[in-house]
Amino acid sequence: MEFLILGLPLMYYAAMVAKVLAAFVFVLLTVAYATYAERKIIGHMQVRLGPMRTGWHGLLQPIADGLKLFFKEEIVPSQASTFAFLVAPLIALIPAFITFAVIPFGGTIEVLGYKIPLQIAAYYDTAAHQVFDVNVGVLYILAMSSLGVYGIVLAGWSSNSKYSLLGGLRASAQMISYELAAGLSIIAVFMLSGTLSLNRIVELQSGMGGFEWYVFKQPLAALMFFICSLAEINRTPFDLPEAETELVSGFCTEYSSMKYAMFFMAEYANMVTVSALTATLFLGGWNGPMAVAIPLLGPVYFIAKVYFLMFVCMWIRATLPRYRYDQLMHLGWKVFIPLALANIVVTGIIGYII
Amino acid sequence: METLFFLIITFVVLVSAILVTTCRNPINSALALIMTFFCLATYYVMLDAPFMAAVQVMVYAGAIMVLIVFTIMLLNIRVDAAKKHFHKVILGSILGFFTLVNTLFLLIKGQSAQPTGPYSGEIIKQIGHTELIGKEMFTNFLLPFEITSILLLVAIVGAVMLAKKKI
Repeated sequence: MEFLILGLPLMYYAAMVAKVLAAFVFVLLTVAYATYAERKIIGHMQVRLGPMRTGWHGLLQPIADGLKLFFKEEIVPSQASTFAFLVAPLIALIPAFITFAVIPFGGTIEVLGYKIPLQIAAYYDTAAHQVFDVNVGVLYILAMSSLGVYGIVLAGWSSNSKYSLLGGLRASAQMISYELAAGLSIIAVFMLSGTLSLNRIVELQSGMGGFEWYVFKQPLAALMFFICSLAEINRTPFDLPEAETELVSGFCTEYSSMKYAMFFMAEYANMVTVSALTATLFLGGWNGPMAVAIPLLGPVYFIAKVYFLMFVCMWIRATLPRYRYDQLMHLGWKVFIPLALANIVVTGIIGYII
Repeated sequence: METLFFLIITFVVLVSAILVTTCRNPINSALALIMTFFCLATYYVMLDAPFMAAVQVMVYAGAIMVLIVFTIMLLNIRVDAAKKHFHKVILGSILGFFTLVNTLFLLIKGQSAQPTGPYSGEIIKQIGHTELIGKEMFTNFLLPFEITSILLLVAIVGAVMLAKKKI
């Protein structure tokens, strides 16, 4: 006789809490050390050393930065719309984190005879002997990323400052245009997989010793999705909304202290999410050699892929200059959207022939 | 478990829906409306219609509300001058009352709790809500679907014509 709370076994709750905590701590730690890694990597690429003073090779730098931001004065501009000004950082931060609920970061592991799929919004049905997860996982992610716009738009508008408003407007125009292209480019993946569940998509990529990745079947879609995602999360070379040199960091000009830190965290959390999503959709998720036989290898492969993609983001930042605004719009609407549509048609035709 | 969750969500929906009408600042009203739409999406999830939920968030909370927020921002409507028009309140109350009566009547007399047609709850769960919508849309409802897409295309072309000075 199992011990039940509200009709579900106790292990169910324990597994859920453990998974949520693990994913949350992973994202938070990654966000903290991504700032350090970014400064170090860009430093070395530009033949500098990067942070060196705090701790061994500057390893304590993120903690020092966090403390500094925490003790700074909170300033709310007197002409700002207070409520919108206060909630904007939260609205930016929350979608970045909750996207992680549907991303599978490992296979199914067994603890005390209870099977736990390593994906937050999933459970193992003992009667049906299969894992149930959110069966519209990809749509969920697209929906959440469309909510991320509000944080930036509201921040730009409510600060009641010219630079912020311009930054906010740029950000929203850019995010809305590239959301379309990103959405269209993953349609080709659905056409191959025939499902919207991320768990199933990862399973379908497990052939050929864990290397049957969609990036080999859909290289164009993978490239477009990654670039569009970079634009959607306002990373270089598409960081026009923040453009320090022209807009004095855009929508977050008026923010200080922890609220500024929240925007900063949102940016890096978005980077983690986008890397995780690209890894899941195109790089086989947690698949790899021996991943099915040894379930604990799954998260290792997944984290390795995520970190590799994050490294690519930083590499791009160190290498490429910023786009001009009209070039950005041209690239989004006149290059990526037609290419994505053509990719869908070609995938459809090839799928019909084979 | 589901009842508890339903009650929490319903509480949030009601509070945010009341905030939509009572907030003095139009942007705050719009934010409350986004929250209402978001919570409505969770109702769809509870009704085994995850696709509808995702589309609700994407289209209503994501796209339409962005447009509304933009309009409010660009018109720069700040806090309303707080003029209370008595006749508007009375008219609104009468309309609201009749809508309430109408809804209650439908809820009590209607048969909407039982799904009709070939797709019962079990079949939807087994095959998948998204797949069924796609199948129906591209077989039985192909003609309306195509007509809608042509209508949308016409609207887009019209919008471009209106916005561009020289083509």
